[in-house]
Amino acid sequence: MTSKTDEFPGTPLREADFSEGKILYRHDEMNGQYAWDTGVGIGSYLAALKTGVILGSHCRTCRKTVVPPRTVCEWCFRPMDSYVPLLDTGTVNTFSLCYVTWDVKRIKEPEIPAVIEIDGASPLHGIMHKLGEVEPDEVQIGMRVQAVWKPEEDREGSITDILYFKPIKEG
Amino acid sequence: MGMRKVAVVGAGMTKFMRRAQETGKELSWQATRMALESCEMTLDDIEAVCLGTAPDAFDSVHLKGEYLSDGAGAWGKPFMRSYVGGGTGVFAPIQGWYHVASGLFDTVLVVCEEKMSSYYPHAQGAFLTIFDHTTERPLKPNLLWIFALEMNRYMQTYGISKEDIARVAVKNKRNAADHPCALLGDADITVEDVLNSELLAWPVNRLDVSPVSDGAVTIVLAAEHVAKRITDKPVWIQGVGWSLDTAYWTNRDLAYPRYVEYAARMAYEMAGIKEPRKQIHIVEPYDPFDYKECHHLEGLLLADRGQAPQLVADGVSLRDGDMPVCPSGGLLGVGNPIAAAGLMKVAEIFWQLRGEAGARQVPGQPKRGLAQAWGDLMQVGTVVIMGTNP
Amino acid sequence: MSLLERDPNAPDAWLGEMPITSRYTAGVAGERFFRAIKDEGKILGSPCDRCGITYVPARQFCERCMDELDETVDVGTVGEVHTFTLLFENLDGTQREEPEVVAFISLGDGGLVHKLDEIHLDDLEIGLLVEAVFKPEAERQGSILDITYFRPVPS
Repeated sequence: MTSKTDEFPGTPLREADFSEGKILYRHDEMNGQYAWDTGVGIGSYLAALKTGVILGSHCRTCRKTVVPPRTVCEWCFRPMDSYVPLLDTGTVNTFSLCYVTWDVKRIKEPEIPAVIEIDGASPLHGIMHKLGEVEPDEVQIGMRVQAVWKPEEDREGSITDILYFKPIKEG
Repeated sequence: MGMRKVAVVGAGMTKFMRRAQETGKELSWQATRMALESCEMTLDDIEAVCLGTAPDAFDSVHLKGEYLSDGAGAWGKPFMRSYVGGGTGVFAPIQGWYHVASGLFDTVLVVCEEKMSSYYPHAQGAFLTIFDHTTERPLKPNLLWIFALEMNRYMQTYGISKEDIARVAVKNKRNAADHPCALLGDADITVEDVLNSELLAWPVNRLDVSPVSDGAVTIVLAAEHVAKRITDKPVWIQGVGWSLDTAYWTNRDLAYPRYVEYAARMAYEMAGIKEPRKQIHIVEPYDPFDYKECHHLEGLLLADRGQAPQLVADGVSLRDGDMPVCPSGGLLGVGNPIAAAGLMKVAEIFWQLRGEAGARQVPGQPKRGLAQAWGDLMQVGTVVIMGTNP
Repeated sequence: MSLLERDPNAPDAWLGEMPITSRYTAGVAGERFFRAIKDEGKILGSPCDRCGITYVPARQFCERCMDELDETVDVGTVGEVHTFTLLFENLDGTQREEPEVVAFISLGDGGLVHKLDEIHLDDLEIGLLVEAVFKPEAERQGSILDITYFRPVPS
């Protein structure tokens, strides 16, 4: 068909068409406000974060320990057997150096999001968080890291009770 | 298995644009009308409509399926909307396929549309909702994070460099220079251009990413006895597959998309394909980022793990190579209106197998092609295999 | 504690928000429709000759046969109240002193949802003929609000 047609439909506009009033348009805004139930599994996860513990859950049949904890095993569909307090150390599975914020602003010092495999969970099982107290060019996959917590009185029961993960210094 | 044979008999699409004047309804109509005209059918000939369109938030319209339904030709007809993120473009035709294969309908329109420019100032913001609201959003993530994290892991696991991957962006953007609807086609782009483009989230540079776009694509599906009356070159759907992995994306191997493999195996089995590398002549994997084309080729079992970048380096995946990959120009070159992009790939295979792809035509009379899309939180694989034989 | 019981220390609810800011184009047909309201004080419809329907507001295509509708007709500014309701609450839930009247006003084979004003509630009935009241031309922006409200046609 593309060999038979030269003209494909669609009217592309430039940004200037809006600012110069060449076409009609309308701005609108909405703000959805939500109050989500944390759920049983994540609720326990948050309660544990407040006490300075990263929580997972374990399925005996599948011999998997997952994090964040779920109440049902995704693989065998039985209820999980137990919650498991994990360590607050782990290994960097992957990371990025991000120079753009969520609302498309440029920043000079990069944020360092990472997936951190948590010690005590099954291999390749981890959480997303950020790295800190590290130079961007020193970050490596496989690096050992340690959670840095907010002081106990400031914790709210949120993933941000961990400020970031920092490298574990050898020796 | 008692399923009827289904063919694609017509296709149409709009240009993929950064910002379109048309409303989403008008985009859907333009693509649909073109598709109907391409096979000289009217709306009365159509029995049902399947629409694919990504989250309502992107067009900033609630109940988007219903909103777009008139432009999709669904007035007074059985209508279904489906959506699996970016996988929608190949998922909607699968939905259309089983509408016909089941015997329930003889002719079905499959329409995919996206008008991302309505989300202002940039559709990036809408993607925030992809992250878990309780355990991830408090960290203020953005969409680039998950791609950058996955790309890094892929590169590290197999020792692949940014140059290796940038060649994919170059190939696709050059291919797109021959696509009349393309947004970012560039016949002269080089690997240096890609590597020197603005660093967004290491290892992702600006030219590694496909552009946000507006656009719509429509294809017409027909059962065998009807297809043969409509056109002398129907393109048959030989296999379909789809699979979903866990939403807990930090609990799996990011270097390998096993959900693409599961979907591919389902499609290969249905199509009776035992040696995909020999039996698939054209591949259109989903390429929102350049490394994803490589990632997906491996998941499709068309390259060994970590070996897909070699296909570009060796020229195998160029249009005149042994296994052309993204001859359309892909998302990197043509554009990425989320749901419409995958259907653009299906339409490309349709035109290629009929010898109607113009300047993008793959030589040698290809007989079989595969289109694949991917989406959600890096979870879904959707695959369609099409061929000149039923 | 069993996996299926709630931890008493877990937060009750997790709060969040999803702000969406949008910029909608009027579209190809909308451009014609709203420019006519803005520049000429006219309401346009799109006739489909094949199906014998005149769509109001104007459309680029007929949804029944997919034909392109490139002609428009002036459907006038007088329509019939097809249905109406009285709003006793504002959007934020507070009570209104006087109810607001919102109606669907038939024009062509379609119509517009808009407000009714300059009307006694006793006279409000389905079938009432009403006319559009436009803002002064200098204040119009190419919006549905360029029509301030509809009012009963003086008899």
